[in-house]
Formats: sequence, structure tokens, C-alpha cells
Amino acid sequence: MITLTINGTRHDVSSDPATPLLYVLRDELGLHGAKYGCGFGQCGACTVMVDGRAVYSCVTPVAALPGREIKTVEGLGTIDSPGPMQRAFMDEQAAQCGYCIPGMMMRAQALLEQNPAAGEQDIRDHLQANLCRCGTHMRILAAVQRAADLMRSAGDGGPSPVTTGAVR
Amino acid sequence: MRFLKVVLALFVLAGLGFGGFLVFAHRPAIEAAAAPRPDWFDDALVARGAELAAIGNCSSCHTVEGGPALAGGRALRTPFGTIYGTNITPDPDTGIGRWPKEAFARAMRDGVDRAGEHLYPAFPYDHFTRLTDRDIDALYAYLMTRTPVHDTAPANDLPFPLGFRPLLAGWKLLFFRPGRFEPDASATAEVNHGAYLVESLAHCGACHTPRNALGAEETERRFAGGTSDGWIAPALTTRNPAPVPWTAEALARYLKQGFDRHHGAASGPMIEVARNLSRVPDQDVAAMARYVAQSVGEPSRERAEAARSLLAELAEPGPASTTGTAGAAAPGRDPIYAGACGGCHDAAREIVHALPLSLVTAARLDSPANLLRAVLEGVHPRDRTAGPLMPGFDGALTDEQIVQVTQHVRTAIAGEPAWDDVAGMLRRIRTGDASDSGGDAR
Repeated sequence: MITLTINGTRHDVSSDPATPLLYVLRDELGLHGAKYGCGFGQCGACTVMVDGRAVYSCVTPVAALPGREIKTVEGLGTIDSPGPMQRAFMDEQAAQCGYCIPGMMMRAQALLEQNPAAGEQDIRDHLQANLCRCGTHMRILAAVQRAADLMRSAGDGGPSPVTTGAVR
Repeated sequence: MRFLKVVLALFVLAGLGFGGFLVFAHRPAIEAAAAPRPDWFDDALVARGAELAAIGNCSSCHTVEGGPALAGGRALRTPFGTIYGTNITPDPDTGIGRWPKEAFARAMRDGVDRAGEHLYPAFPYDHFTRLTDRDIDALYAYLMTRTPVHDTAPANDLPFPLGFRPLLAGWKLLFFRPGRFEPDASATAEVNHGAYLVESLAHCGACHTPRNALGAEETERRFAGGTSDGWIAPALTTRNPAPVPWTAEALARYLKQGFDRHHGAASGPMIEVARNLSRVPDQDVAAMARYVAQSVGEPSRERAEAARSLLAELAEPGPASTTGTAGAAAPGRDPIYAGACGGCHDAAREIVHALPLSLVTAARLDSPANLLRAVLEGVHPRDRTAGPLMPGFDGALTDEQIVQVTQHVRTAIAGEPAWDDVAGMLRRIRTGDASDSGGDAR
């Protein structure tokens, strides 16, 4: 049995320790935000945050994760109270099919938590690892810039959705 | 009084000696010429110059990542300090636009710039001195027809007294042997052509031959393995530890395409070499490969047999090949290895083409540097705009886990004795303090 801390909540999981986090999130814990795209760390659809950094959950075994802080897109906010990153993606209508968007949001969140002043080139460089087949890149870029503005005006680079989820 | 006289005499002698050294070190300036017009040069000569510049990897030191071609400014970190590649575009003020051909030839063959200053041997004139007149002409024609860029590289960052260039005359006296390439009368034309390219322009030994305390290649240990930018450049001799011994054909594929299915992808500084060689005619690359393969030599019967059985084992679908992407642990497998690495490296997933780690040279080197770097940074293709062949695991795995999984590949998969102090090497890589990557590498 492995204990994982996901979005601040502890979960005991029974999957084989070698199982990549993605399958545990989706199949065992019912957290369907992270998506299966390629399964070998090439597309970024499965991106989540671990200890503040964006990682591919499809190639990160749960054996590597006890005691570490995992954050998924569900941790950025709720439908009723979306976090600034989610708010910005809605405002910019950045999703077309939407499959890549949770991964995009998580990689962007990791960037903005580390560098709240990230500019357009930083965002482009950082999101290089995530693919979008629909071609909504310009809107995704605008959404991340908007999220950066929202976070800066809230005066907090890493809002926890429970306390600051509503954006004023 | 007598004592004072002796001291005075010693001072005079030292002064004379120093003065004499300066005279010895002096090289005259070559007068600047009008910048040549591009239409002075024959198109075919320029085209061959482009291929030769690719073989010579000029852009690796003279172009900043993403910057204008050949305009200089790329930092080359050496154990002696940081040296910046200079602007070799034909800009008349900041480049080599006003260098007549004699000045260019002197820089290539004697390591002296137009103004008469000695050049640091980071510029591999110890190899370029072997070049033919014709190839010097072609390189000159190519460089002089590039787009001029007005830009000056940052000043070198070298500790005292290394900034004093006349000292380099002493270095040259000790280590530099100028002279053209001498073909081996007993070798084939192809091997001689390959030897010429490898020993002169391609300067393979600059990384693959160990260097002495003063930074000179130990020519009697040619291709015994060296370092480059914190990576190990493996030996290109019988000590090369590739599990499947290199052949001329495999080397040619690797050099030209950046990948060979029994050896994997060119990594680190070798990526750029492969990128450049992809633009070079097949017969040049094949000749280079033939010569290097000769240096690597025929494997012993045991090594050849071990490689055959390794490949036969891999050809048989084992239990690991059924695990697909879920990375389920085979008994005895480290779960982090199985989940992070095994999903691609042990699975028969045709789409991935991940090299079985039992074939990886990086796991068989004396230093863990290359394997650690691959785990940290991932493995990248020649095409800069394409995604990684393998993602980096920095951040996904903790440092402790990276050390553990690296050691697992070393012992359980390569079957080699555990490395000493993998954690220390990882720390040095992180602090940028691993330029020598663990001493005598192979």
C-alpha cells in the first residue's frame, strides 16, 4: 500500500508500485483530469505537478511519489469556483477539443508558481513540451498570460483553490 | 656589494630572458585587405566549403544557440576558464571580413590571428594544421560569402596569467606540431580520406582523446576517451565499451543520422556533430566511419560472442514485453525503474524504438555522468524543433531516486559493478561543476 498526497488529500492506493501515476489517478482514484495521450512522455496531456514542478504522470511510477505533493487540475479549482488558471482558460476560450488543456494548465501553473513574472517567451519555452493538435496555441498563450495577470493582481503566485479560488 | 651584483645580474638575465621570450613569441600582423566580394568565389568551392564547415563543426563554437550563424559569442567552458567563440562572419569590423587568405590560413594552421596574437588551443588548430590548401581555400570561400554580422563576442574569462597570449607560444613549443596530413601508403584511399577528415577538420580527438594538465591532447593516447562540456566522450579504441561493438556501417549511420539501433542516439555535444554531418556527402561520412572503426578495431571473440547472445536474448519476446505501458514490475525489478524506464525500454512497443538499456554505452562507462545527464535532461533528437526522444526525469524523480535508478541500470541491467559516488556526480552536474566528469574517462 502506497500513500499519496494529491491536492492536499491523502490517498492509500493499492496499485502495483511500478504503476505510473496517471493510471492510478484515473482508474483507482477517479480523478479524470489528467489525460492519456501517448503514454511515453511525449505529448504532455498527462502533466501534473509534483513538488511544484510539471511532470509527465504517464511515466512517473507511484513508487516515486510517497511523501511528495501531487497537484492535478482538480486541485486548481472547482466548477463553481474555478482558480485563476481555469478562469483565464475559460475567459480566453482556449479549449477546442480540450484534451490537452489540463496538461497545459498544469505546466503553466508550475511555471507561474515558480516565476510569477513569466513573459510571453518564457511561456512559449516552458509549454514547448505540451502538444495541441487542434491548434489553439495562440489562445492558450493568451490564457496563460491572463492567468499570470490574475495571479499577480491577486498578489499570490500559487492560490489554493479552497481559500482563494474565487477570483475577484 | 658582491651580493647586490649577483641580484642585479639575475634581474638582468631574467629581463633578457623575458625579452627574448617576447621576441620568440612575436608574430607580425598581416595587413588588412578589402573585404572580398561574394562573386569573387567559385560556387562549387563555396558549396564544398559549406560541407567542410559542417564536418569541422565550426558553428558549435562560433554560433550562439538560436543566434545568427557564425557570429560568435558561444561560451566554451574549459578547465582553465571560459573562452568565447569569435565572430567569423565577413563583417569588416568585428568579423574576419578584412582578413586576407594568408591570415585565415595562418589562423587555421598556426593558431595566430590576423593581428599576430596567438589563439587559444580551444580553437583546434592542432588539428586544422593538417588541412590541405584546397580545403583551406574552400573554407575561406564559404566563410567570406556568409552574411556579415556586426557583433563582438564577450571577452574571455581566464584567470591570471592565462589572459597573456604570448604565453601560448610556450604552449605551442611544448605541444603543437604543425604540418600537413601524411597519408598512410599502406591504407586504402577511403581510409586515408577518412583519416584526413577525422584528424584534421573533424577534430574528433579534441573530445575523444584525453588532455594533459596543460590542456594538450595526449597524442600517444589517441582516442583513449576524453570529456566535452561535462559529458564523457567514450574511447574510440578497443576500450570502447559499447555492448554491441561498433562497425564502420553502424558508425556511419550514427554519424549521419544521429541514431543507430544498437547504440542509440547521439547525445550531449555529439547531437550537434550528427546534425552537421547530416549535411555532408555520404562518402565523406563513410570514410570517417571506416577510419574510426579501424581505430576501434575488431572485437575479441568473447566480446563478439557476448554481443550476439545479447541481441539474441533481446530478439526473444520476454515477459517484460507484455507489460505495455503500465510498467508492471517483473520480479526483482526496481519499481521506479519499471514504471519510469521499463514502460518504453523493456516493452515491445514498435512506435517507441527505445533502446534496450542493456545496449547503452552510457551504462558501461567508468563515470555515471552520461547516464545521469540522460535521466535528468532526457534524450534529444537532432531536429531542434522536434520534441525529445526521451523526456527528462528531473523533478519527476527526486535526486535520491535518480541515483537509485541510475545505479540499477548500471548493476542489474548492464551487469557492471556499482559506480562510486553517483550522488556526488549528480551534485556536481547540478552545480555546473562537472566539466571534467570524473577524470580518466572511457
